[in-house]
Amino acid sequence: MDALPLSEPGANLPAPTVHASLRGVTRIYPGSPPVHALGPIDLDLAKGEFFAVIGPSGCGKSTLLDVLAGLSAASDGQVTFEGKPVAGNVPEGVGVVFQEDASFPWLSVSDNVAFGLRRAGVDPAEIKRRVDYAVGFMGLRDFARAFPMQLSGGMRQRVCIARTLVMQPRLILLDEPFGALDQQTRLLMGDELLRLWRETQATVLLITHALDEAAMLSDRVGAMSARPGRFVDLVETGWPRDRDSTLVAEAGFGALTARLWSHLRAESIKAIGGGRA
Amino acid sequence: MNYGRKVLLARFALIVGAIALLELLCRTGVINPLTLLAPSAMAAAMVQVIASGQVTSDIIRTFSTVAIAFAASVVVGIAAGALLHAIPRLRRAMDPLLASYYAMPFFVFYPVLVAFFGLNAMPLIAIGFAAAMVAMLISTLNGLDRVPPVMLKVARMHRLGRLRTLFLVVVPAAAPSLMTGTKLALAYAFISIIAGEFILSGKGLGYQIAYAYNSFDNRTMYGLMLFVLLVVTVMNSLLHVWEQRLLRRRSRA
Repeated sequence: MDALPLSEPGANLPAPTVHASLRGVTRIYPGSPPVHALGPIDLDLAKGEFFAVIGPSGCGKSTLLDVLAGLSAASDGQVTFEGKPVAGNVPEGVGVVFQEDASFPWLSVSDNVAFGLRRAGVDPAEIKRRVDYAVGFMGLRDFARAFPMQLSGGMRQRVCIARTLVMQPRLILLDEPFGALDQQTRLLMGDELLRLWRETQATVLLITHALDEAAMLSDRVGAMSARPGRFVDLVETGWPRDRDSTLVAEAGFGALTARLWSHLRAESIKAIGGGRA
Repeated sequence: MNYGRKVLLARFALIVGAIALLELLCRTGVINPLTLLAPSAMAAAMVQVIASGQVTSDIIRTFSTVAIAFAASVVVGIAAGALLHAIPRLRRAMDPLLASYYAMPFFVFYPVLVAFFGLNAMPLIAIGFAAAMVAMLISTLNGLDRVPPVMLKVARMHRLGRLRTLFLVVVPAAAPSLMTGTKLALAYAFISIIAGEFILSGKGLGYQIAYAYNSFDNRTMYGLMLFVLLVVTVMNSLLHVWEQRLLRRRSRA
């Protein structure tokens, strides 16, 4: 694969359809004193785009995801998904994968994956078809009857991804899903995620603290400032849609991560209260 | 043989060995039979007393009293625990009371309870309930505290309402603590009601044991003691097996 040049936001996107958008979104947690966690943020996610968000710890990345998912209401501004406002409820068509292990330990892998479908009253034959597909897709076929605590951390996270996948979300939000995994497993999980993204053609927003993960997986990367989180840079990676973890060997990959780090370094120093930059 | 079977076998051998030793000490006269009956004599006495029917009404009385106190303590304990969990201010106010609750000797309230409820099973049910309910309440609080917030987020992601979130996510997530609370509630209900009958009542197994003790009727006393011991052990073992089956899924194989 040829090294691809970095480009300015929007330079190469062919008039995309806006799938989800945030306009002037701010999140302030009440208290004394109130905590201004996020924004104001403006962001358009194009349909089918893979967008990654990086930023220093505590900058409001997860808050951004919660607001976009409808798990938390914005204090100000407007969030829309497929043109409809998102106001404190998770809209149909949105799936979230969290950083923490969110598999249900009392359910088998298959039952975990089928959880949402059963609650939604989907036909049992259709549940079986979708669960079998998702379990196979995530490489869990041999563990379908196992319980989560019999699996490794990476496999449990795959269970959670499969549980989201079977709901056929059109917007997938991932909150540092590989944060607890070792580097090798993260790269391989990244490949699986790219495969999933291509197959489902969903729009993906990935929150991560790993620059290489953001650079490898996404079409665009948004670098956030220290709290209150705002985008200080939006970088188009320019990678082809058919990509995988071998990208890390590309010459352009180093330049991309260096550009991201140049922003993140200064903001991380601010976030930990240092005076040096 | 796996580790679990070895532990089980060692436990069984220990119990059998202790019973055999006791039998030997009693049969050889090392232990005076007026002080302690040999285990085989205890078992024979138990069978005889139970088969005679002379304590059937007491057995029914004790077990029904325990069952009512236990069921009420589980239901109220879970409801009160959920309420305190939902209202943090109320919980903060109640915390010191809950922490010092078991320092209170419940039996001192017996006269007041008799004045309220009369000379029937209700005062002892109230004592059993008081002893068991708070154990259930505290276990419920512990269980609810340990429900990972991310699971509640998953429930919201699947657009579950409050009731479905409660029954499909919260209760299963808190189940190990609820199970512990149930075991404690059963034990506390049994202990307090048998003790209450022993000291305060004119009916029930506790009363019959006390009566046999005061009448120097060792055979009946030890027979009934063994019966109570066996029943409590069987009930706790059943709960333990259920708990282990529940936990086995949640711990790495």
